[in-house]
Amino acid sequence: MNVMTKTALLPWAPEKTGEAPQADAAPAPVARPGLVALLWLPTRLAWRQLRAERARLFSAIAGVMFAAVLVFMQLGFRSALFDSATRLLSNMQAEIFLMNPLTTASFRPEPLPRVRAHQALALPEVAQAVPVYLAQSTWRNPDDGSRRAIQMIGFDVEAGAMHFEGLDAIAPALRRVDAVGFDVRSRPEFGDVARLYAERGPFEVQVGNRMVQMAGVVSIGPSFGADGNLVMNEVNFRRMVRERQASNTDLVAIRLRPGTDIASAQQRLREILPQDVVVLTHAELVAHERMYWETATPIGFIFAFGSVMGLIVGMVIVYQILFSDIANHLREYATLKAIGYSNFYLARVVMAAALILAVIGFLPGAALSTWLYGVVADATFLPLAMTVERATMVFGLIFGMCAAAGLLAMRKLRDASPADMF
Amino acid sequence: MDPIHIEGLTFAYGEGELRRPVLRDVSLTVHAGEVVLLTGPSGSGKTTLLTLIGALRGMQDGSCRVLGRELLGASERDRVVLRRSIGFIFQNHNLLGFLTARQNVAMSLEMDLATTESERLDRAGAMLASVGLAGHEDKPPSKLSGGQRQRVAIARALVGGPGLVLADEPTAALDKVSGGEVAHLLRDIAKSRGTPILMVTHDPRILDIADRVITMEDGRIVAGEMAHAGVGGVSPLQATPPKA
Repeated sequence: MNVMTKTALLPWAPEKTGEAPQADAAPAPVARPGLVALLWLPTRLAWRQLRAERARLFSAIAGVMFAAVLVFMQLGFRSALFDSATRLLSNMQAEIFLMNPLTTASFRPEPLPRVRAHQALALPEVAQAVPVYLAQSTWRNPDDGSRRAIQMIGFDVEAGAMHFEGLDAIAPALRRVDAVGFDVRSRPEFGDVARLYAERGPFEVQVGNRMVQMAGVVSIGPSFGADGNLVMNEVNFRRMVRERQASNTDLVAIRLRPGTDIASAQQRLREILPQDVVVLTHAELVAHERMYWETATPIGFIFAFGSVMGLIVGMVIVYQILFSDIANHLREYATLKAIGYSNFYLARVVMAAALILAVIGFLPGAALSTWLYGVVADATFLPLAMTVERATMVFGLIFGMCAAAGLLAMRKLRDASPADMF
Repeated sequence: MDPIHIEGLTFAYGEGELRRPVLRDVSLTVHAGEVVLLTGPSGSGKTTLLTLIGALRGMQDGSCRVLGRELLGASERDRVVLRRSIGFIFQNHNLLGFLTARQNVAMSLEMDLATTESERLDRAGAMLASVGLAGHEDKPPSKLSGGQRQRVAIARALVGGPGLVLADEPTAALDKVSGGEVAHLLRDIAKSRGTPILMVTHDPRILDIADRVITMEDGRIVAGEMAHAGVGGVSPLQATPPKA
């Protein structure tokens, strides 16, 4: 080894001609080359090569950026749809919920005995247990008379166990006969109820086959199962939904006394309640709903598939760039091999180029995606926003994509044959 | 020991029916400090011989010791390491277009990770000065003339202090004047350092730089003549005639 590296010696020195003692010819334990130099030099070479051809560099950056934006949008939509699917339940503010074990999704609830709410009150740590009624009905648009399915949520509005934004202000009004509160974040197809309410105050609307009074507005937001929401008092709900047994409810919201440990309260509720209800924390209730949308619908698959397509397109672009970089420099690469550069060194150059592209393509991609999230959120009412977790995840995917492209392009290095140089 | 010592080297391309021998029982010795030119018609096998000596190609049969290393059966790793102590000069300069002249020359030194960046650039600068390119260090190859580029290639081949220089028609792409300049420059630097040179060339204008001219034909060495006396007390060489 050191025969080759002692370059200061005259060419006919014994060390060079192989006449040196055998022991000396064995690889001497010279200082190991630093890891920094091992990685830094190929990286610098890769960067100098990328930098030399601006047009190609920019098309590579654009390719990686495109892939990053595509993946960001797909994952963003996916999580926004799941978030919106569970928005109604997320906005219910109670610590523990009782639910029929057969309920798969909140828009299609199985009833549970209302008496479970009273049984739950047996525990000293339970402050309130409020039945929540869920049903779908139709809403006649006060602007143009069209009808559309709407989610109705009935509960004791003054008990304070359940809470939605804006509910406190209209709770007294909801006590009146046939009074309902409209969710102003419902889709616009329900009519511009907020404007009408501001202009006229309470007004009559048709829900199902009944004329009721629009007595105020709350803010919840549409979800998958329901484009809009109506909030009303328990008694009014039973007036409007006739065909139900009064002894059944759909969900029981439980508020605990301040300072109570939720997990132990949940455990005690399980002990005292029969098997026909499940006891869920708020997070578990939301997760249960989300699970339904993830497993029972193709939503999760569709967006995962979209992400993969984006990554494949990005990988092909990066591969093309790296491949043509190698192909155009085949003679130079072969020369480097001829003067003693190993395949492994050149492989590191290609890999470094791939990873440089990953970094400088991801950054503008993430910035563009953040901006697009805002644009799309405004247009679709979907809760879209950039999160650190998602950015980290997408960076990992882009990094892997570029590494895969680099590994594929490396095969071209074999064509750089120094023997064909002469 | 001689920098190059070849005995009974035989090499063929292809397999079976298509087997086409290009080197037949070649024996050749290049002594320390000697400048040897290899000429002959194209297809005579001289380039193949050069790639075998340069450890760029795997050996098939015979013995080839380069700088004390037997190449028959040498591993890829051994050959890569051996190449680091050989200076290669090609017909085309093959400089990396995205690096300056100095950076190109320094590339030869980057495999020796014991050197520092400033050391490498200093040595590259000094080497460029000695091939007459002082002041051109920071130009990319595209800003240099053909002769200047080939000088950068010479600097790249010599900066690491190689034990042997292998050149393949280094003047073929140059006009007469710059070709002659480049050939003499290469010879002068190699002589001053005592580095042996084996050069394949068709160029009759540069035969005067040789200590010895060897002619190949049809895979055999057919003539080896002394151009003039060997240098530095080196014993006169002989191209061992083909054995059969």
